[in-house]
Amino acid sequence: MATLATPTPAAVAGSDAKSGLWSWLATTDHKRIGTLYLWTALAFFLIGGLEAVMIRTQLARPNMGFVSAETYNQLFTMHGTTMVFLAVMPLSAAFFNFLIPLQIGARDVAFPRLNAFSYWVYLFGGILITLPILFQAAPDGGWFGYAPLSTPAYSGVAPGSSELKMNMDFWVAGLQVLGVSSLAAAFNFITTIINMRAPGMTLMRMPMFTWMSFVVQFLLILAFPPITVALVFLMMDRVFGTTFYQVAAGADPLLWQHLFWVFGHPEVYILILPAFGLVSEVLPTFSKKPLFGYNVMVYSGIMIGFLGFGVWAHHMFSVGMGAVADSIFSLMTMLIAIPTGVKIFNWIATMWSGEIRFTVPMKFAIALIAMFTIGGISGVMHSSPPADLQQTDTYFVVAHFHYVLFGGSIMGIFAGIYFYYPKITGRFLDERLGNVHFWLNFIGMNLTFFPMHFSGLLGMPRRIYTYDAGQGWDLFNLMATYGTYLLVVATAVFVWNFVRSRTRGAVAGGDPWQAATLEWSIPSPPPEYNFAKIPTIGSRYPLWDLKDPSWNADPSGHAVPSDPSDLQEETASHTAKALGIPMPYPTAKPLFTAIGLVVMFGGLLLFRDHHAVGLTILLTGAAMLIGGLYAWLTSPLE
Amino acid sequence: MASHAAAASHGAVAGHDDGHAHHHHTTTGLDHRKIAIWAFIGSECMLFASLISTYLIYKGKSLVGPFPHTEYVDAAGKVFTPILDIPVTSASTFVLLMSSLAMVLALQAVQLKGQPLPAGAGWWTRAQRSSQLWLGMTALLGACFLGFQAYEFTSFVREGLTLKTNLFGSTFFTLTGFHGAHVTVGVLWLMSLLWIDRTRGLTPKDELVVDICALYWHFVDVVWIAIFTLIYLIQ
Amino acid sequence: MSHDHKPAEPSHEHSHPSGATYLKVAVILTLITVIEVWAYYIPALVSSPLFNPSLLIMSAAKFAIVVLFYMHLKYDHKLFKALFTGPLIVATGTIFALLFLFAKISL
Repeated sequence: MATLATPTPAAVAGSDAKSGLWSWLATTDHKRIGTLYLWTALAFFLIGGLEAVMIRTQLARPNMGFVSAETYNQLFTMHGTTMVFLAVMPLSAAFFNFLIPLQIGARDVAFPRLNAFSYWVYLFGGILITLPILFQAAPDGGWFGYAPLSTPAYSGVAPGSSELKMNMDFWVAGLQVLGVSSLAAAFNFITTIINMRAPGMTLMRMPMFTWMSFVVQFLLILAFPPITVALVFLMMDRVFGTTFYQVAAGADPLLWQHLFWVFGHPEVYILILPAFGLVSEVLPTFSKKPLFGYNVMVYSGIMIGFLGFGVWAHHMFSVGMGAVADSIFSLMTMLIAIPTGVKIFNWIATMWSGEIRFTVPMKFAIALIAMFTIGGISGVMHSSPPADLQQTDTYFVVAHFHYVLFGGSIMGIFAGIYFYYPKITGRFLDERLGNVHFWLNFIGMNLTFFPMHFSGLLGMPRRIYTYDAGQGWDLFNLMATYGTYLLVVATAVFVWNFVRSRTRGAVAGGDPWQAATLEWSIPSPPPEYNFAKIPTIGSRYPLWDLKDPSWNADPSGHAVPSDPSDLQEETASHTAKALGIPMPYPTAKPLFTAIGLVVMFGGLLLFRDHHAVGLTILLTGAAMLIGGLYAWLTSPLE
Repeated sequence: MASHAAAASHGAVAGHDDGHAHHHHTTTGLDHRKIAIWAFIGSECMLFASLISTYLIYKGKSLVGPFPHTEYVDAAGKVFTPILDIPVTSASTFVLLMSSLAMVLALQAVQLKGQPLPAGAGWWTRAQRSSQLWLGMTALLGACFLGFQAYEFTSFVREGLTLKTNLFGSTFFTLTGFHGAHVTVGVLWLMSLLWIDRTRGLTPKDELVVDICALYWHFVDVVWIAIFTLIYLIQ
Repeated sequence: MSHDHKPAEPSHEHSHPSGATYLKVAVILTLITVIEVWAYYIPALVSSPLFNPSLLIMSAAKFAIVVLFYMHLKYDHKLFKALFTGPLIVATGTIFALLFLFAKISL
């Protein structure tokens, strides 16, 4: 019915007549902001991938001279920083933005303008941290920027100059800017999920993606302050000459490591839980079965989030914290494997005896289960301090975290992109190209990262820019490099598919996959107001109930939603005005305020070497920020 | 000007977006902004926890003085007395506590706006109804606290303690500076509310706008309660 | 969390404390502060092993009083209690864990 009712996506998009550059700069629509996040994060994903290709080319054979040691440092630092902060987190944010309001039956997020602000801050922060690589001045201290190595004493002076190299300054400033973006977004989504659910959408009826996103927002608001503090200390050491990380002044070289990993470990769950949420939507849909053990999935997600704050020092076993601390953190780490394992088994049980359709998103989702399990098992190996001492800082660890981040997060995000592309654009991604992408990606990923387990156990340290032949690493490195080239081909196929399908893809209706949750009850792409009438929810699977009330997919819910007419798809396209739905005014004030914030940090960067200029720029930025905020807060939303 | 004031009357001047709550129903019946400010305060707990932890970790680790609670004699024989000035800081602590009292009274005054005074109300009952008085008082006491802090910082610098001197200087100025920056934001926020109150008058409908500012202000006070004990009193 | 779509109602249908309560709270806060500062100037107390714990308890009491009464968490929706106590527990736990890791406190 859905497909017939929706002639072409263009007709639906016609209800949203606003277009052109300004409509994007001034947008407060969560769907448009989600789309902006998606495109920007994919661009950064390609940049981060390009950096990986250069790294792997340099390491293809012993003693290669493809890049210099200095460039290599910048490449691995920016590869990690880009993938973590500029690709995977914002790809998740794209889904938070697009999906959370649709899944809970809301017309937008709680603070639409704050949402726009988060995006613009992310974009400018990303540019600030990425651009310097074009001038050979990119951050070069690793993605976790260990102080004191990142303090002025150790991060070098540019040749022929008395001025400090600015490389790490960009990193310190950029991450603080990105933190503002993540925090603002997190407050927004916490409020949205608590306070904008449709009638009947109790917490335990929320779709699993929204649940996992909810947990992630709390991780964000608690994990970002410690790294912000650590970065402020580092910035003050670099700009004002404080002593936070100066060992000569009595500072403890472990302070940074602890503050960083207090953030860094929850960050791991910030990266993976949204992907877990996405596959928890994909698997039930293509198994035609409710998610197995919904409640336990929710509780284990919360458990992972909570325990995630008590395991950080397992990144630091090799620094010698003592037997008691090692034992506690080892135990906590083993404990956290339990809720994670529960999820794996629940996904498998969801598929068990289901009517499985092997679509591309389903394949990516199953790949996540398999690949994440491999990465999870090597993670449990690290939880034992004696084993970790052998593995730490080797390619074994590199293999481990790429299995959880590429095999887990990226696979889950690809599952989400193939699954939700029809909802976002109104058209399918091409299934044939998608299959090519999936298999090349799957084989390429394993060819790249599996051999690293071996080179790591044979003792190859991470972050070395070259190595001598005859240590048993040659073959594994060559395999990894070929695997990376395969991933390049895979990604090229994906990009081609992604761009081409926007205009050429098969038209998808409102509910192309016969899925169960609210976002599929509205046209694709959704009208600007999302729901013409806010629906009332009677169970976790309102659309399945509607199609077959006798099925009773959610035993805890009513068999039928309280008002089935709420869930009938819109056939005609209306404007918000015609329906009398108030919409937020478009406004560029968040954009202006975001520019102010970034200008401020730019001034701070210049301050050390050019006091007057730096201070002027800093104050200009601060004035823009404060003025922008006042203008924004004193003008009505809608 | 009139249109500007009207716009201000709609806006929140609340540090956050003005949300949908004026027009739309919410799941919990609570206002978006209040949920957001509590989430923000939760996040701030972690911020100050990190700052305070660092101070405590580095306590007693400074290689050279001045020190907070003990005397220090440098190589040249120069004597540095313990640098923390407890009487002055006790006074500023008291000022900040009293600002919290003024803040709750300001919120109460806004809530009671428009209600008739009981017959024979004394000066105190009447004074409690003036939101401008208490908003102004809170901002003034906050500014007074900042004055104390400026005095403290400059006298420390005069006595030879800067950001760069030692670990104590770095951690102390950064922690209390962060707190002072929060107080500054609070004072600006209060002055904005006072300005709205003077231009168009706050009414019980604006309770929430004052409430979230009050929550922020009290939280900043609560952080100082912890700092005063952990940094100034415990040796 | 309610099933029906209730209109947004102001969150103060509960009874707020009166001006007199606020004043009493201020007096209690002042008294505790006076005791704290007084104790600081008694060398016999400062050298006692109970000095630091009792100061911490007094500080925690002031903290709790302000949060419960001035931030009216005592009278407010339970959601706000959860939004504050959850992060507070994580923050306190992190402080203790860090102090333990840097050998400032021992088990």
